[in-house]
Amino acid sequence: MERIPILKMGEYLLVTIQVDMHDRLAMSLQDDLTSKIVSAHAKGVLIDISALEMVDSFIGRMFGDIAAMSRVLDAETVVVGMRPAVAITLVELGLSLRGVRTALNIERGMDLLHGLIESRGDGAGSAE
Amino acid sequence: MLVPLSENRSISTSEDVVAVRQAVRQRAVDLGFNLVDQTKIVTAASELARNTLHYGGGGTLRIEEVLQGSRRGIRLVFEDNGPGIPNIELAMKDGYTTGNGLGLGLSGAKRLSSEFFIDSSPGEGTRVTIVRWR
Repeated sequence: MERIPILKMGEYLLVTIQVDMHDRLAMSLQDDLTSKIVSAHAKGVLIDISALEMVDSFIGRMFGDIAAMSRVLDAETVVVGMRPAVAITLVELGLSLRGVRTALNIERGMDLLHGLIESRGDGAGSAE
Repeated sequence: MLVPLSENRSISTSEDVVAVRQAVRQRAVDLGFNLVDQTKIVTAASELARNTLHYGGGGTLRIEEVLQGSRRGIRLVFEDNGPGIPNIELAMKDGYTTGNGLGLGLSGAKRLSSEFFIDSSPGEGTRVTIVRWR
């Protein structure tokens, strides 16, 4: 069965979605990512959707679910590269992607992940 | 130039939903829709095709070009012979779902369309028709 590749870069996982996903493929990505966060001890997940021409409620919900699951597994998720037409359509559809962090491109997404993980590390050690 | 004004597609797998998106995109491009309007009609089609698959148990889509005066547009007719929708008003509400989705399929598709019609009889099936003008 076809799969969306997940690349490991240090303590991050990078996913670039380059195909028009059918629902089962989206579900398998969610499952694969969750397993990989654990097996790779990942602290952050970057999902690049700059090639996606459409995000509907199913795919939008998948991003929300991935963000929630990664948070429970002690990792942060950032979705990057959403096309303007996709963003306009998502909002009109009624989906605000609440709980999903986004950034304009991979570079800014990486910066955001670094910042999130660093600030979390500080908080953990000073619980007095 | 002769282009087919109407085409029919079957919706019985989640791959068919992807094929529907691609066919609607192609038709919107052919008709000169701008990128935002293409994205809106494709997204609406994806929501409705998924509904046809999951709630209607599969069905068909007819893609038609429509002309009104000098206006051109796309009409999409989704039909299934599933259980039908007992309460359309409730089904049209944001966030209402009988499945495990977000409940944005029908209401969202309506917001993304210029015109929206729904016709459903319990036990007989559902027909959803949308039009998006260029």
